Amino acid sequence: MSMRTLPLLFINLGGEMLYILDQRLRAQNIPGDKAKKVMNDIITTMFNKKFMEELFKPQELYSKKALRTVFDRLAHASIMRLNQASMDKLYDLMTMAFKYQVLLCPRPKDILLVSFNHMDAIKEFIRDSPSILNQVDETFRQLIEIYSCLPAGEFQLIRQTLLIFFQDMHIRVSIFLKDKVQNSNGRFVLPTSGPVPCGTEIPGLIRIFNCNGEELKRTEFPSGGHYTSSLREGSFDLYGDRVIKLGTNMYSVSRPVETHMSGTSKNSASHTKENASPNPLAKEELNLLARLLGGLDIKKPVDVDPGFRVNLFATDEEEQEAAVLRPPELSYQVINIQATQDQQTNDMLARIMGEFKEDGQASQSMLSKGDDLLAMMDGLE
Amino acid sequence: MYRKEKSIQIKSSASALYSNLSVLPIPEKSLTYFTVVHGNVLNMVSASGDGLNFSHRQLQSKEGSITASSSLIMQASWCVLPSRVLLVLTSQKGIQMYESDGSIMVYWHALDIPETPSAQAVFARGIAAARGNFICVGTSSGSLLVFDVPSKGTNITLSEVLEEHREPITDIASEVSSNKEYIADLVSTDDSGLLCVWKAGEDFKLLNKIPAYGCTCSSVMLWTGIVVAGYSSGQIRLYDALSGVMYAEVNAHARWIYALDIASDSGKLLSGAEDSLVRIWKLSKSTETNTAEIEHLHTECVTDIQICGAKFCDGEGSAFAVTGYDLSEIIRYTQI
Repeated sequence: MSMRTLPLLFINLGGEMLYILDQRLRAQNIPGDKAKKVMNDIITTMFNKKFMEELFKPQELYSKKALRTVFDRLAHASIMRLNQASMDKLYDLMTMAFKYQVLLCPRPKDILLVSFNHMDAIKEFIRDSPSILNQVDETFRQLIEIYSCLPAGEFQLIRQTLLIFFQDMHIRVSIFLKDKVQNSNGRFVLPTSGPVPCGTEIPGLIRIFNCNGEELKRTEFPSGGHYTSSLREGSFDLYGDRVIKLGTNMYSVSRPVETHMSGTSKNSASHTKENASPNPLAKEELNLLARLLGGLDIKKPVDVDPGFRVNLFATDEEEQEAAVLRPPELSYQVINIQATQDQQTNDMLARIMGEFKEDGQASQSMLSKGDDLLAMMDGLE
Repeated sequence: MYRKEKSIQIKSSASALYSNLSVLPIPEKSLTYFTVVHGNVLNMVSASGDGLNFSHRQLQSKEGSITASSSLIMQASWCVLPSRVLLVLTSQKGIQMYESDGSIMVYWHALDIPETPSAQAVFARGIAAARGNFICVGTSSGSLLVFDVPSKGTNITLSEVLEEHREPITDIASEVSSNKEYIADLVSTDDSGLLCVWKAGEDFKLLNKIPAYGCTCSSVMLWTGIVVAGYSSGQIRLYDALSGVMYAEVNAHARWIYALDIASDSGKLLSGAEDSLVRIWKLSKSTETNTAEIEHLHTECVTDIQICGAKFCDGEGSAFAVTGYDLSEIIRYTQI
């Protein structure tokens, strides 16, 4: 559908990921300098110039699998490690949060304000690093340039494209359940009260005119809700009050975040169909993905700092249990990139595949090394 | 006024697309057909009159006449012509036409798709049958494709391309009343909110252009010469098709309107929007004052669901059906 959806999807999901990681880093008492390094590394990678160039090219939206693989790589762009269960949970939280924001946006154009909320927060995370800040501002300007003047109909198409991507996802998130924005069946609460969107009138009035345009009469009807006038419009500039709260950090109060896997089986039939069906475009997707990651400077964890593991669950036991209990239909089946025999003629792709293979192997060994070091550190305490 | 009936389960949930429900009553067989779009699949279900028997079928979007495609379906609708009924699907790749039960594809039209993807999406959207064996389909470039449909067989031809709109077409509707006295046959609308009124024929004639007022018009109907337009602002407006005079302005919904339908025999209007509400209205014309009026009859709230399709199930408007985003059922209501 819309060819301009991917940048918005990526930036908003990335923003949510950073909120969650920031909260977990603090909850696990990771030392300040290490935590800052993780955030900086991820943000640097996210806003890498080449990566962004590729991202902003008009293209169809990636499949769930392909996008998940991109975020896997992004989450590991630093010295931090995540187990499969934690990565799954992180992705669930990110996607349900953005699904919620897209659904609740008063107008389709407000998705841009949500994106700006994420961008504003990202800039806050790296406000002490001028070089990264520059990169982020560059992207911010690009967002403004490309999206600010899009007509409402195009934004609705973007919104519809995003909703197709999020279709049938009903994972329950405890922070949403607690705040009563999500029901126990996984559906989000759509209030029939509150301010109407900018440009909309409060429902209830009928005006009849004659052929000269003069108003003949007015009648009212019960609106069926409790609506109030719209708030002022948020700012679409580089700086400004966005007014809309969707897309701001809801994790700033440290609360453990759980996701519930049960209760989603009702729609798992269609979900399973999507995951299980053979993807004839898989190879093509791998190539596109490799191209996308072409500019990525994947930090080899063989740096000065030893790796450390972040857990999205309260304890290690919980994490292990979650891995075992995760229903098969909800597994993301991450694509493992392997060099294929019939390489594309594109030199750059072949080179990237080669580099990637190296990195892949390196990070594998680093993973165990990181664990050992952690164990050693724990032993020393 | 209306009460909720037992819902019809569908094989997969409805996608968030304008007018995502089409209904075909088949009174002689005491059946009603429904279609709902989910991604690249069209869910078809036929329900028996007693509400006890259902049979399901799924159609997939195609590329050409055979290859199954992952391209997304934008809309599906039955087109009732004098001698036959066709089921039309529009997607990102083209237009497919099937026999009314979805059993055989009778025609495929490919859209012009550029080699390298441009920022402008390519798709077809907006389907209506127009007087005299025509089926009109809109495109993302603003063109209206007019197809000439023979009374039987597969010899469907593209008869005309109407270039009046500059923005992607959102909806097309033909005159619902069977009364031949109404000159205007068809109305089309686009992302900008511009409304074009046409007379069908070998050469379609543009009768009137009703200017946009700044909001996208996502849904349109035409009844006894009155254009009924649903907008992104949640407003419904009534215009005279030939003169463009605005008869009425209704602050109908708190969010973007996704679907409109009219029961031709009674003049009842149905509107569904992202605000979870479905409303029933009554349209009427006054010949002495030369005005048209609209009054509110009833509202149903489909809790926590953004409506994407709403259709009456009969000409009188005594029953209607509703679909919503992420919902795997067709909700039905009947008049008490």
